Amino acid sequence: MLKGFDRLFALLAASLSAQSVLAEEQAVERWGVNMPKGVTEVAQTTYELHMLIFWICVVIGVLVFGVMFYSMWRHRKSKGYKAAQFHESTAVELVWTIIPTVILILMAIPATKTLYDIYDTDKADLDIMITGYQWKWKYDYIGSDISFFSNLSTPRTQINNQQPKNPNYLLEVDEPLVVPIKKKIRFLITANDVIHAWWVPDLAVKKDAIPGFINESWTRIEEPGIYRGQCAELCGKDHGFMPIVVKAVPQNEYKAWLDGRVASAVKMRELTGKTFTFDELFVQGEKVYTSMCAACHQPNGKGVPGVFPAIAGSKIATGPLNTHLDMVIDGSQVNPAMQAFGEQLSEVDIAAVITYQRNAFGNEMGDTVQPVDILNFKNKQ
Amino acid sequence: MAHGPQPGLKRWLYTTNHKDIGTLYLWFSFAMFFLGGCMALIIRAELFEPGLQIVQPEFFNQMTTMHGLIMVFGAVMPAFVGLANWMIPMMIGAPDMALPRMNNWSFWILPFGFAMLASTLFMEGGAPNFGWTFYAPLSTEYAPPSVTFFIFSVHILGASSIMGAINIIATILNMRAPGMTLMKMPLFVWTWLITAYLLIAVMPVLAGVVTMMLMDIHFGTSFFSAAGGGDPVLFQHVFWFFGHPEVYIMILPAFGIISAIIPTFARKPLFGYSSMVYATAAIAFLSLIVWAHHMFTVGMPIAGELFFMYATMLISVPTGVKIFNWVSTMFKGSMTFETPMLFAIAFIILFAIGGFSGLMLAIAPADFQYHDTYFVVAHFHYVLVPGAIFSITAGVYYWLPKWTGNMYNETMGKVHFWMAFVGLNLTFFPMHFVGLAGMPRRIPDYALQFADFNQMASMGAFLFGAAQVVFLFNVVRTVMGGKKASEQVWENPQGLEWTVPSPAPYHTFSTPPILR
Repeated sequence: MLKGFDRLFALLAASLSAQSVLAEEQAVERWGVNMPKGVTEVAQTTYELHMLIFWICVVIGVLVFGVMFYSMWRHRKSKGYKAAQFHESTAVELVWTIIPTVILILMAIPATKTLYDIYDTDKADLDIMITGYQWKWKYDYIGSDISFFSNLSTPRTQINNQQPKNPNYLLEVDEPLVVPIKKKIRFLITANDVIHAWWVPDLAVKKDAIPGFINESWTRIEEPGIYRGQCAELCGKDHGFMPIVVKAVPQNEYKAWLDGRVASAVKMRELTGKTFTFDELFVQGEKVYTSMCAACHQPNGKGVPGVFPAIAGSKIATGPLNTHLDMVIDGSQVNPAMQAFGEQLSEVDIAAVITYQRNAFGNEMGDTVQPVDILNFKNKQ
Repeated sequence: MAHGPQPGLKRWLYTTNHKDIGTLYLWFSFAMFFLGGCMALIIRAELFEPGLQIVQPEFFNQMTTMHGLIMVFGAVMPAFVGLANWMIPMMIGAPDMALPRMNNWSFWILPFGFAMLASTLFMEGGAPNFGWTFYAPLSTEYAPPSVTFFIFSVHILGASSIMGAINIIATILNMRAPGMTLMKMPLFVWTWLITAYLLIAVMPVLAGVVTMMLMDIHFGTSFFSAAGGGDPVLFQHVFWFFGHPEVYIMILPAFGIISAIIPTFARKPLFGYSSMVYATAAIAFLSLIVWAHHMFTVGMPIAGELFFMYATMLISVPTGVKIFNWVSTMFKGSMTFETPMLFAIAFIILFAIGGFSGLMLAIAPADFQYHDTYFVVAHFHYVLVPGAIFSITAGVYYWLPKWTGNMYNETMGKVHFWMAFVGLNLTFFPMHFVGLAGMPRRIPDYALQFADFNQMASMGAFLFGAAQVVFLFNVVRTVMGGKKASEQVWENPQGLEWTVPSPAPYHTFSTPPILR
């Protein structure tokens, strides 16, 4: 009952919110029972293949279960049916070996054809490198400077049931992957830590992201739209919380997005030289902490005993600044779960989050770290 | 005391009697079934609705891992070994297993292995949380410290299984009564003989892969670490070389049980005995060459994908032969529907459904959409729950009067069946839908569109759990007393086990029986 209200609430909230880009999107489709037809040729072929095999199975099932139910109904002792004693017939055994084999061969032909299509990654118009991290995705547009992380944007409060859930609960990110429609896009898929799998059902692309390997896959999206997926390989604690959102747009919109990206990169570089106030850093730091650190170290900075160390009162966050910088920028030497954030975050964000960690959760170091300090630390290495 | 059991606890600790050891295995597996079941209920309770309510993701992952490990290694495998211990000597007219002392040992190391595995739940960092398939490097570099205990526990369970398998092969090949040729053996004996060979082929591979993990974690090797020149995909190849035959290890003995029950209650001989034997052998052989169909998305070359796709599709031929044979056995029989028969019929129907989804999963391009979703969860629960669990249950109801000398309560048996049947389908059928609609497996929380079917599944799971309490109650009551069973128990069942009194005396066939 409560849940029904929650969902109603979420829908209302979403339809009322004017700024939300996703507001006009359809309410979530409930009781979905089948694979999506998809928006690429490969996805549609896969769907047809799936339905073909499904119906073949249904026909076989109806025949076999039909005979079975018929004899369960007719050939029962309570109706006085006398058992026949026939058994062993090589001819019958041969028939029910050969017919299924023929059906299998008929199934294998279209399957093989589709597989060859899926494996043809040649002649791509655009290459995108996808890297799985615990628990986010990184997208690099090969041949350009564009590179960013894509994190879950559903707030923790919704996950913990303190707030009504968005319609796209757990399937929304801060930065979607933006791609042009009607272009062949090649994905180069790898991982930084453990194995992940990049899966978007509407594109029928699912490929494991494996550290040390680069897997290839491709797509050509026919219709503009927002397509959502999730990590499909158990990758640790927040495996269920690393969604994928692909935004397919017409060529001109894609171009505009690219230009905007380049401009904001320039702006970011300028900001690196700026000196911020403590408050500015603290506020930005809290944002960065929530999206990058809170999954392990927890929103209250207390960590998880025996698994993830606390930030509150920790030796590193309340010790010498250089050790703290080293831990955040280069990661832990002993615990691979603590990644090197030097390449994942901008200098501004690193400065902000370190300032935040040293002054939040009861830590009272009182120091501020500026983006320039981060740059200097990196250059010294 | 030369001819009877020792008094008290010593009987169970020192026993070398196949019936005592069979009983120990069966009770142990029953206990593990409830433990693994409770973990499943924690999982289903958390998934009752979107959001995190009951457990946190770390603990959720520990539950999925431990549920899988305990059900596979603690519930299903020991139950089949228990049935083998009880029934194989009686079915082939042997006085006991060939290696009775090893038999004792292969059982008694199990509780220690599982105590070690379960103790990881209380360790700092928690129990193994990387799934029962423990893919590296999540299970090596990124694993909680308890992984070392998990590795040793797998070693112990593997040693137990290998010893059990050696014992079964030695018994079947050496101790058959005169005149019991191989092609006269009951199918349960045949399927176990083939299963035992599979166990010997693959359990050492499992031991090898966990040892490589141990080396990576503690001795600085890099078998599975890309940074050290190793290969995380190698782990999956080695694991599934064990893992795929493992699923047939959990289903072949079930085929044997069903092939005993259907003819009894259809009052008609099994349609094709020899083709059943050949089909079992064919399935076992194919099971060794299809492992990479669990890895269609790792990025294999297309030749590999095609080979594993075709080989996997082929498995449906011998499996189909089995289903067709059971149905033909029922056809024009004179059927009654006692509890073992109900479970056996449900086995055929539901296992066939699991087989259909298995065929769908074999189609590599379609598998790209199914892989690692709830569709897979639905598939393997449809083959394992009705496949392994229902057949074991059917076997227990079928032979319990022979073991105890008492008839079980038929009404309670039917209540158990219908609750389990409805519960199972309510739990696992909707999983096909959410899987196809895009819900990945092993996630503690999910998007809103999956909520309704998950709610159904959770309710079904609790119904299924309740059904097993009825089962426990029925078994305990039967052990304590009840209507006395005759020597034959059922109407003209086939096999040597029905020629000895009920309950079967402590020692049977001290002199070999005369075969007709």
